[in-house]
Amino acid sequence: MAAAIQCRDLRKTYDGKVEAVRGLSLEIQGGECFGLLGPNGAGKTTTIEILEGLLAPTSGEVTILGRTWQKNSREVREWLGVSLQETRLSEKLTVRETIELFASFYREPRFTADVLDDLQLGEKADAFVGKLSGGQRQRLAVATALVGNPKILFLDEPTTGLDPQSRRQLWDIIRNFQRGGGTVLLTTHYMDEAERLCNRLAIVDHGQIIAEGSPSELIERLGGHHVVEFEASGSAGDAGALNLWRALSGVESVRHDDGLVSLTVREPHLTIPALLEAVEKQRSQLLRLTTRQASLEDVFVNLTGRHLREQ
Amino acid sequence: MSVASPAPKQSPLRNSRWSAFTHLVIVRMKELKREPEVVFWVYGFPLLLALGLGIAFRNKPADITFIAIVQGAAAQDVSALIDHSPQKALIHADILDKPTALTGFRLGKYDLVVESDGKGGFQYLYDPARPESVLSRAEVDDALQTSAGRTNPLPTTAVISTEPGSRYIDFLIPGLIGMNLMNSGMWSVGFALVDMRQRKLLKRFVATPMRRSDFLLALAAGRLVLMITEVGLLLGFGALVFHIRVLGSVLSILALSAVGAVGFAGMGLLTASRAQKIESVSGLINLIMMPMWIFSGVFFSYERFPAVLQPFIKALPLTALNDALRATILEGSSLTSQAGRLLILLLWGGISFVLALRWFRWT
Repeated sequence: MAAAIQCRDLRKTYDGKVEAVRGLSLEIQGGECFGLLGPNGAGKTTTIEILEGLLAPTSGEVTILGRTWQKNSREVREWLGVSLQETRLSEKLTVRETIELFASFYREPRFTADVLDDLQLGEKADAFVGKLSGGQRQRLAVATALVGNPKILFLDEPTTGLDPQSRRQLWDIIRNFQRGGGTVLLTTHYMDEAERLCNRLAIVDHGQIIAEGSPSELIERLGGHHVVEFEASGSAGDAGALNLWRALSGVESVRHDDGLVSLTVREPHLTIPALLEAVEKQRSQLLRLTTRQASLEDVFVNLTGRHLREQ
Repeated sequence: MSVASPAPKQSPLRNSRWSAFTHLVIVRMKELKREPEVVFWVYGFPLLLALGLGIAFRNKPADITFIAIVQGAAAQDVSALIDHSPQKALIHADILDKPTALTGFRLGKYDLVVESDGKGGFQYLYDPARPESVLSRAEVDDALQTSAGRTNPLPTTAVISTEPGSRYIDFLIPGLIGMNLMNSGMWSVGFALVDMRQRKLLKRFVATPMRRSDFLLALAAGRLVLMITEVGLLLGFGALVFHIRVLGSVLSILALSAVGAVGFAGMGLLTASRAQKIESVSGLINLIMMPMWIFSGVFFSYERFPAVLQPFIKALPLTALNDALRATILEGSSLTSQAGRLLILLLWGGISFVLALRWFRWT
């Protein structure tokens, strides 16, 4: 069976100058929830819009369930549900009217009432779009994507700017869609979102995939599952000191960021006593010490030397 | 809701070929209806304009001139002569002492002062810089001379024209209909499209299986529905309030308006084909409409412009529409007699539409 979404060596150059996507290949299987993770400007939106058939790539191939945009665009559109990063739906229409409008575009749409129910918009069915909260608007945007009864759902930053409760509601909706056999491709710059929702993800930076795998695989690849972070008086961040930390028992990698030293470690119970001893030997004092589970954020920082939310 | 037991499978919905088109038209009408300012600009504004201009340029009763006759022996003679003249209805004369008469003249209460010259004749005191004073002198002199027995060597008669059909309001209403068709065609299409592009709604639409042609057809259909009410309202208003006689058939007028509405919608589409911001499309629309407000004979006849400009003026789509509307409404001309003007409109609309389709940006 053909992959749900496949692309090979995708490139997109704007105005012959800006290379937004530089040779990106993906294969997403049916029933998967796949995440494109990366900072703003990494090329996530350009990539997803090429896959959605809204942008033509400068070069490269895209197939959706074995079909191409060039030959079967109308048929492929029937299979896709799309939520763009930022669509302002007409404020003077009600929620129901908006969903019914989008339903009218598809050959065999779902019943509006069912979609309203699924997205917990039933109470707001007759409210004007202009009167909705941010979370409700985002659910409506996803409702317009789901009303066509799609096989594949594309979501570009679906929860950006939402409060925690609204984010959780959307996660449930996405999981439900996946449970019904649907394929999901989403972009996000929220680590926790990617970790919770995605079966697999690709970390994108500067228009290229720099790592790909399941969230746990990616964290595994860091070496350690734990991160020990500390701050010490004196010269804890000097090059010499960093070498000292690297030599400590069980340390996989060391990073220094604005006075804070982060050690990726396999076994914190071995590393921490060694660290305390080393600090004492240096005659400096420990100002702060925390340990936590490694996250995708650590993976990203480790790969790029930058934090995800930084520009 | 997730707690509910799985609902029995309903037979799936199947949409017909035209469901997207009908929904798009209905939604467009609903959106317009829910924007009070749109309702005002499309319907209220042209009516107010027609009412205001109709009142300002209404046919006033002929002006009466006020004159002062200086007291004296001859004063009664002057008064009697005026009363026996054919112009007596247009002249109001007061007999006053000289200082009061002069003060009244200075203050503009009287246009003319008539006084005996002591030699059996009269002298006029008038101000050549005041048109009403000049008119008054001619009128009064004419009245006195005729009344005193002058016969005119050349017989002339004057006919007063206030028939419906030749008044300013008759000229104005078809022009306003044309202008309104242009304004709402350009604005409703141009503005709506750029607004939707700016809100990424166009992009969202083309991410669905919606046919792009259905979307454009729905815009045109929306224009036609509005056109019928716009034209009907202005024409009905003119007929009821200003007693305009509509000589052409309603069907011809509507057909002509439809060609105009769709033609200007095509121009609106072209204007909006690439603009990303409301501000830039607003400027563009005004730039295109401005020459037509001035040259196309909306408020006054374009015959006043120099002859060199006439071919250019007649090639403008609004000129063609206004001329055709005037011919149909005021003279009852048939559509076939307006074929040339219809062709101009169709060319403008058609060429704009084809170019717009080539350049149009959905994203």
